[in-house]
Parts: sequence; structure tokens; C-alpha cells
Amino acid sequence: MTLAPTLSVEGLSVEFRTRSGMVRALDNVSFSVGKGETIALVGESGSGKSVTAYAVMGILDPAGRVSAGRAMLGTLDLLSAKPAKLAEVRGRDIAMIFQNPRTALNPIRTVGRQIADVLMRHGKVSRRDAPAQAVEMLRAVGITDPARRAKAYPFEMSGGMCQRVMIAIALAAKPALLIADEPTTGLDVTTQAVIMDLINDLATKMGMATIFITHDLALAGQRSARIVVMHAGHVVENAPTAELFAQPRHPYTAELIAATPDSAVSLDKLASIPGSLPDLRRADLPPCRYSERCPRKIGACAQPLPHLDLGGGHIVACWNLVPERHIIAPTVSAA
Amino acid sequence: MTVLLDVAEFSKQFPVGGGPGTWARLKRRFTGGVEKLPKVFAVDDVSFVIDKGETVGLVGESGCGKSTLVRALTRLIDPSAGSIKLDTRELALKPSRVFARDRDRARIQMVFQDAGESVNPRFTGFDTIADPLRRLRKLRGNALKDRVETVASQCGLPLQLLTRFPHQLSGGQRARVGIARAIAVEPELLVLDEPTAALDVSVQVVILQLLQRLKKEFGMSYLFVSHDLSVVRLLCDRVLVMYLGKIVESGPAVEVFEHPLHPYTQALVAAVPRLHENGSERLRLVGEPRSPIDPDPNVCRFYGRCPRGTDACKKTMPALRRFGTRHVACHFAEEFLPQPRIAS
Repeated sequence: MTLAPTLSVEGLSVEFRTRSGMVRALDNVSFSVGKGETIALVGESGSGKSVTAYAVMGILDPAGRVSAGRAMLGTLDLLSAKPAKLAEVRGRDIAMIFQNPRTALNPIRTVGRQIADVLMRHGKVSRRDAPAQAVEMLRAVGITDPARRAKAYPFEMSGGMCQRVMIAIALAAKPALLIADEPTTGLDVTTQAVIMDLINDLATKMGMATIFITHDLALAGQRSARIVVMHAGHVVENAPTAELFAQPRHPYTAELIAATPDSAVSLDKLASIPGSLPDLRRADLPPCRYSERCPRKIGACAQPLPHLDLGGGHIVACWNLVPERHIIAPTVSAA
Repeated sequence: MTVLLDVAEFSKQFPVGGGPGTWARLKRRFTGGVEKLPKVFAVDDVSFVIDKGETVGLVGESGCGKSTLVRALTRLIDPSAGSIKLDTRELALKPSRVFARDRDRARIQMVFQDAGESVNPRFTGFDTIADPLRRLRKLRGNALKDRVETVASQCGLPLQLLTRFPHQLSGGQRARVGIARAIAVEPELLVLDEPTAALDVSVQVVILQLLQRLKKEFGMSYLFVSHDLSVVRLLCDRVLVMYLGKIVESGPAVEVFEHPLHPYTQALVAAVPRLHENGSERLRLVGEPRSPIDPDPNVCRFYGRCPRGTDACKKTMPALRRFGTRHVACHFAEEFLPQPRIAS
């Protein structure tokens, strides 16, 4: 990392106030993403991937509260910025693609209008030019017959097309940072491949930093340079993709890779991760939230979590690392 | 191998605009009734067999007719044409309402996609599993209780969870309840509609291993619907690939995924993200699928998105042809064969 990162999240902690107690959803989450770099946040459901994105965007649920940490976008701390300043930054400098395009789009506005809105608000485009530019954006995301489609409402389009429209809206103001929260869940594999190609291509073309949130480790591996593995609100491992797959050092990462169907030759060889995420409302949460499921638990696990830097930007939060010899051999998969 | 289920020339069409309402009714009256309405060809002329003890995978993108086919096989909806034979008994002619009380109802059971949505929220785990036993096996009292507890433990469901309601169970536990309900009446064919789609990888593995164990123990046949090809490859003996209501390719799962012959299967296999390789320069599908409403019977359904498509595909619909253990519906399947063989 030569340049200053586009976004750098440092020690982010988020709590949710609920009727049954305080849920400590995120605890000391740190990572950064550079210009033109794509990183992936990976983890099971409930691990805090989306909460991280929402906190950075400043769109946390009112019950949620950022209790510590900074998220620096250049010199601006997004977590302490005034709402008016945030509204200025959102859409212009950071944009987000949501999981379900159908619910995220406005159902009673044509898609062309929705793109034009962003252009007028953030892109310094006049009211007269906006519709034509919106059509151009639709063309850029590969929608056939964009002039006609611009007049369509979201319900008239397929899931894949709605997701393209979401991408067009997110990229309309040419943001420096794009957060894609499970952009292809619920789409077919063939459509997923096309949408991911599109996001990758546009990100490269515009030199955008991309944070890609997914639970699909294989997809993350294919699309990002660096993977941040999350478990129960902790970052357990943060490593360059190739290194993570060849040499996972955190027990959770190793189990996650072994549990992915693609890595196994037969079903019996597929590993399963015992237990489930701990209840984040508990007062006696252990320092390592994985320790209760962990096969490599030792006495040192009761101490506060370490953040070991193994060099090359490989950071692991574990006292008893998976030894370096323990390589999970890549299976020869047929094309 | 003996054949358990034989599906022949099966079709299902849905009329478009046949809904309720005064306007729709008036329109139907003046345009010649439901028969004249345009139709969605959800499943069109599909034939296949499932052997005893076999696991067959059914893959295809959303909207290709997987669920319609599965619903018709489990006799939840009535087919428009074709036959469905269980052993030697023809089921297609029995209306689904009649079949619900039939003696063979217990022989075909289904595990639905989202276990949380497909169980009655006011039924406890016990009631959910007991329901088909009460209706189809007429079990009562202690016999019922014994059977429910046996099935629950076979599915790895702790007995103390049986008193809980669905919202008090985790995703994996709910999936187990759904499976226990389906196998309680000892079916011979179990249809699984994306049973693990809503689960995390760590839970998915456990459920898949459970399904494989149950199959070995009870010798059931599975029809496994999924769009996750890596799961299908692990679990299934044979695979059927559907595209817009047609079966475009079928054959042993390993062969189909290693040497896909149909261009659609090739694109599907290429689109699956894999852990240890980079998927940048891969085969990609362009455009949107053709409309399934009154499609031209002489045009290949894949024409327009197909990278190999020529004018011939616009003139004749390719038939499903046999290549050894495989069936492929493409004019150019020979080109993709590992070594040239003569089409039979």
C-alpha cells in the first residue's frame, strides 16, 4: 500500500440497544481499502458484515450506536461528521449497492428518473441534461435499448436488470468508494457472473475502491485482491486472497474454506463448523468470540485478542495459529 | 435398476391474464375464453425417469420451470399434458385434490425451499412432523408420539426442541423439522427444492450430510432441485439441466459438469465461482432469456443468448439426442464431444 487508503476503518465498535440487552454487534473492527483496490468482507450471517457497511455509510438503525472508532475517508471522519456533511458525501464520494434491488429502488419512479436524481444532486448536471445522461448510464451498465428502459418502473424489470439499475445509480456520480452488500444474492449464477464482471470492469475503469460484502467465499476469492474474514463482530483474519486460500492461519478461516462445497471431492470429506455464533448480548463474552467453537482453543485464549501482523498485510487475531505446514491442498477442479 | 418414477412428454401451461376481476372476465368473454388467452409454457414436453435409490439433480435459472415441474410431480398442481407414472400407476390423470387423500400420497414427499416459510407458524415441531402421520397413516396417541420421536432423532433433532415453535428454532433446526416432516411417512421419492439455499455454509454441510445418510438408511430416491452446482455435483448421481421449460442436457453429474455439451450448461458451469481459480476470462451469457409466452415452436429456446447460435437454430428446435449416457438438445453438440462420435 503506497498511497494513503481511500477508506480506513479503525477500531470500529457498534452496539445495538434491544429490549433484551445490549448487542455488541461490532468490536474493534479495522481494515482499509486503497484506490482501485477491491476487498471482500466475508462471514456467516450475523457476523457483522452489513452493520460495518451501514456504520460507514451512516445509515445505522436508530437503535444502533457507534461506541468507538474512526472511518477516515481522506481527511474526513465519517463516524463523527455532521448529517448535512454526510448527505453531501453519500452518493458523491461513497455509494452503496444493496442486497435486494427491488426493495431498494423506488417503486413509483421510473428508473431513468432515479438515476437523473443522483446526477442532479451530486453530479452537477442540469435538469435539462440529466435524462439523456441517465440513458447513457443505463447503456454503460449494459442494458439493451436504454432509451426505452429508462421510462420503465422497477417492477417491469427482471432481478438482474434491477441490479444493473442499482449499479448505474451508485456509479452515476463517479464515487471514490463503492460498497456492494451481497449484490448478487438471489440472482442466478449466470447473471451473477455478468453483474460481478460489470462491477469489476467499472471499478477498474474509474479507479474506484470497492468493498464487496458476501457470504460466498469462492465468489469473494474470485473477485477481490484481499479478504477480511469476520466472525461475530470481530475481524479474525485479513489477508491477500491467494495467501488466505493457500495458507489460512485463523482456525475459523481454515474451517470456512474446508466447509465450502467446491473444495471437497466428496460430501464426506466436507468439514462442518460445530456450534453457532455466540449470543452477543452476553455480559461474559470471551475475548475471542470464536473460542467456544474453536478446535484449537488453549489457555491463552482468555487474554485480550492479539492482532498479529505476519507480514505482507496478513493480520490474524488468534493466539494459537494454524501452523504454516497445515496447507489445505487445492483440489484440481475441472473447467 | 428399476424405474420408480417415469415422466413422459410432460407439459404445463398457465394462461396469462386469466385472473379474477370484472375486466379480465369481460375480456375473456369477448375474446373466446381461457383457451384463447396467451400461455406461459412453464414446462414444455419434458421426459425423464428416476430409478429406485437414485439421486437426480435438477438445475436451471430462476423462471426455467424447475418449481412448476416439481410441483406437478409431487401432485400439488395438475399437468396440462403428459404422463407421470409411479411404478406402473398413472398419477397425472388424478386431480391434485383427489390425490391428496390417495394411498400413494405418502410415497412422494417434498422438502420445501425455506423451512421457515413452509411450516405452520402455530404448529410446534411435534405438530409439524405429526401432521402427515395423522392424515396419511392415521396414527394416534402413543404410536404417533413414538413415530415422531423416532423420526426426529433420525434427523438429528433434539427431542426437547419438539415443543418449540418455528420462530424459536435456528435455520438449521428448522431445516431438520422440514426434512423430518417429509420422511415421517417413509416416502420412496423425496423431492428437495433448494433445501440449503437459506443456510450458511457451515450449516449447509451438516444438512447435506444428513440427507446423504438418510438416503443410505432408507433407500429413498431424491430429486434435488438447486442452482448451486457445486452442491449438485457432490450429492447427485445424474443431473437434468433445464432452460425455459425444456430439458437441454442430462447425464451423469460428473460428466455433465466436466464436459458440458450444451452451450447453456457450459455457461452455467463457467459461471460457478471456484475457490482456487480466477474467473476473469470465462464464457458469459449476454442478453435476457426469450419470452416464455407462446414461444415459437421452431426456434431453439436458447437462441439469442447462445454464443454458438446460427440461422439453423432459428428454423428448427433441436431435439434431445443421445450421446452414450448423455442427452443433449443442441444442433452442435458433436462439436463439444471429447472425441467425435456418431450421433444415434
